[in-house]
Amino acid sequence: MTSFFALLFYAATALFVVGLAYKILDFARTPAPLSIPTTPAPTTRGGVAFRMFREVVFFESLFKGNLWIWIFAALFHFGLALVLVRHLRYFTEPVWSWVAFAQPFGMYAGFAMVAGLGGLWARRFLVERIRYISTVSDHLMLVLLLLIGLSGLGMKFLMHTDIVGVKAFFLGLMRFDVQPLPDDPLLYVHLLLVATLMIVFPFSKLLHAPGIFFSPSRNQVDNPRETRHLAPWAASLEKN
Amino acid sequence: MAAPDAKAKVEAPAFREFPTVPAIRVGATENIRSYIASDKIQEAIGFPGKLAENWQETHDKAIGRMGELLERYRSLKVYLDACVHCGACTDKCHYFIGTNDPKNMPVARQELMRSVYRRYFTPAGKWFPNLVGARDLTREVLDEWFTYYYQCSECRRCSVFCPYGIDTAEITMAGREILDSVGYGQKYSNEIIGKVHKIGNNLGLPGPALEDTLSGLEEDVKEDTGVDVKYPLDVQGAEVLLVTPSADFFAEPHIESLIGYGKVFHAAGISWTLSTKASEAGNFGMFIGNYDQLRKIALRVREAALELGVKRIVVGECGHAWRVAYAFWNTLTGIGAGGNDPFAIELQKQLDPNYKQPSHICEVTWDLIQQGRLKFDKSANDNRIITFHDSCNVARASRMGDTPGGQFDIPRHIIKTVANHYFEMAPDTTREKTFCCGGGGGLLTDELMDIRVKGALPRMEALKRVVDEHGVNFMATICAICKAQFTKVLPYYGFKMGLVGGVHQLVSTAIRLGNEQ
Repeated sequence: MTSFFALLFYAATALFVVGLAYKILDFARTPAPLSIPTTPAPTTRGGVAFRMFREVVFFESLFKGNLWIWIFAALFHFGLALVLVRHLRYFTEPVWSWVAFAQPFGMYAGFAMVAGLGGLWARRFLVERIRYISTVSDHLMLVLLLLIGLSGLGMKFLMHTDIVGVKAFFLGLMRFDVQPLPDDPLLYVHLLLVATLMIVFPFSKLLHAPGIFFSPSRNQVDNPRETRHLAPWAASLEKN
Repeated sequence: MAAPDAKAKVEAPAFREFPTVPAIRVGATENIRSYIASDKIQEAIGFPGKLAENWQETHDKAIGRMGELLERYRSLKVYLDACVHCGACTDKCHYFIGTNDPKNMPVARQELMRSVYRRYFTPAGKWFPNLVGARDLTREVLDEWFTYYYQCSECRRCSVFCPYGIDTAEITMAGREILDSVGYGQKYSNEIIGKVHKIGNNLGLPGPALEDTLSGLEEDVKEDTGVDVKYPLDVQGAEVLLVTPSADFFAEPHIESLIGYGKVFHAAGISWTLSTKASEAGNFGMFIGNYDQLRKIALRVREAALELGVKRIVVGECGHAWRVAYAFWNTLTGIGAGGNDPFAIELQKQLDPNYKQPSHICEVTWDLIQQGRLKFDKSANDNRIITFHDSCNVARASRMGDTPGGQFDIPRHIIKTVANHYFEMAPDTTREKTFCCGGGGGLLTDELMDIRVKGALPRMEALKRVVDEHGVNFMATICAICKAQFTKVLPYYGFKMGLVGGVHQLVSTAIRLGNEQ
């Protein structure tokens, strides 16, 4: 099992990093030929950075759009962010002080994350319009995340796993010196699902995470009268 | 799937007592379809005349064009990848609210294309199509695109509420562009584009007719006010070139605003001219998402400006035209500032850098008001109780003045300067949350009357409230399409069609031309 998971995590990490880097480069190199910010929009770069910050951290547009989705999405994403911070302790030695500080919050964040996911999934059944637009993969993605959350909470609150062993395993992976993974079915489930998530990330709607930074309606400065935006392919039209 | 007899079926939906989200009715508008452009219309603007006999050929061409667009437009690529189906947009489209057809929910409209994108351009869709909702491009899919991409007015309301700013208008434009590239065009938009190239404006008004109209206008204004207000055409060396939608030349109530622009220039002593070559501000190239057409149509304005030697370019009351002018002209034609290439510099060195290029007529009027160069008799508008309808392209795709949101404030400032009675409609239906009139984006055609009437529902509900509460009898707007659409649609909801008019119509009524006692 140890070597299976070691290989799996090397492969998953490689796919995650390479796949995501490819998509980000692809977004970045594709030109945005016309100025199309959704207005009113900031007229300076700094203003755009602030708008993006509000979108990424507070989900500003979603807040304007739908309060229920915003509540569940915020619960899930903030929960997940704290949980990820908490998990940093498995990859650092000594553990960074701010990660240590976040430990108790991260514990409860796991519940927030699961509650948020539950709410989002319930909407896919209960709200007719959202039921209509949901695909199989939309449901599976939520199931995947829910099971990751539940298996993680299970190891924390129901059947403790040997976290010292887990940490040794991951620190070992990072040094290419594979250490034995504790023998625990719940841990296997948790890790298997996390690896799956990493693998599907660059191929799925999880691309919304890098995507928002490249969204022209949000990241463009509203200055078309002062600045000439010209994509290379559009500039070539002026040559003939 | 013949187009329905528009006149027989059109019916306004009932006002909702509480604007709740409607239950979905699958297929409610699947039979409302635009007329297909003839081969003559298509070929006149460089598109294939009709679909290839052989489906495979059409299929390959469409997928090929989609691939090209994905390389050209970051918006399309990011928007097709980033959607998580969260549903925040599902109740934001006026066409969904008015028709209940779930394919008019923005995410579902995008999904018509996203499903095909996934199938041909992503590993997930290639290997697990059923899992991720990917599907092959078939003739039926193409028909569905034609139906529903011409039930979108590209108003961008959904993009305001999307957590990733996904703009359905970008998807709609790409869909129309792919359809055109395989010979499946919409008669209304493509016929109009042909007219712009051939005659100079969307309505096909030739130069002599334009001249006649304008001199008739001068006589009318003289009779009305006793003042010789000029409506000049093709005047070499004028300071201002005014580019306005051609509807302003003869349609009601549009012409009232044209009269107003002339009075403003007269009162301020600014020399100005219209142009035969650029006798149209509208640019349907944007509606069909075709960059070449967008650019070619815009270039007429550059040519006219260079020929006439004008110092300023001003745009009349037209929503999408102002988007094209404000946001795209600098890119397409060099009308603007900050260019450092010969093409842009040639024009920009001619234009007066003390003014924003281009300027909206409302910016011009508001600047003059602030400088104290215009005088008004506000009481002349006392018979009017006014509200303002924000037009979507002005509201969500452009700006006026120096600060974000100027596009909302400046027209309102003008109205309040020239009239005494003004009331706002509900805040979730104005400013950036404004609802489309229901006829924008290339939908202002009779065979789509059913969808146009239904799409107007949210605006009509908001209007009804201010009519009932405040006795509003004038809805001002700064868009030629809004004016034409409301004139047609208001009666379906029990309003008089004269309830809609332009901001410069109000200016025209109150402005003092210097000959008063």
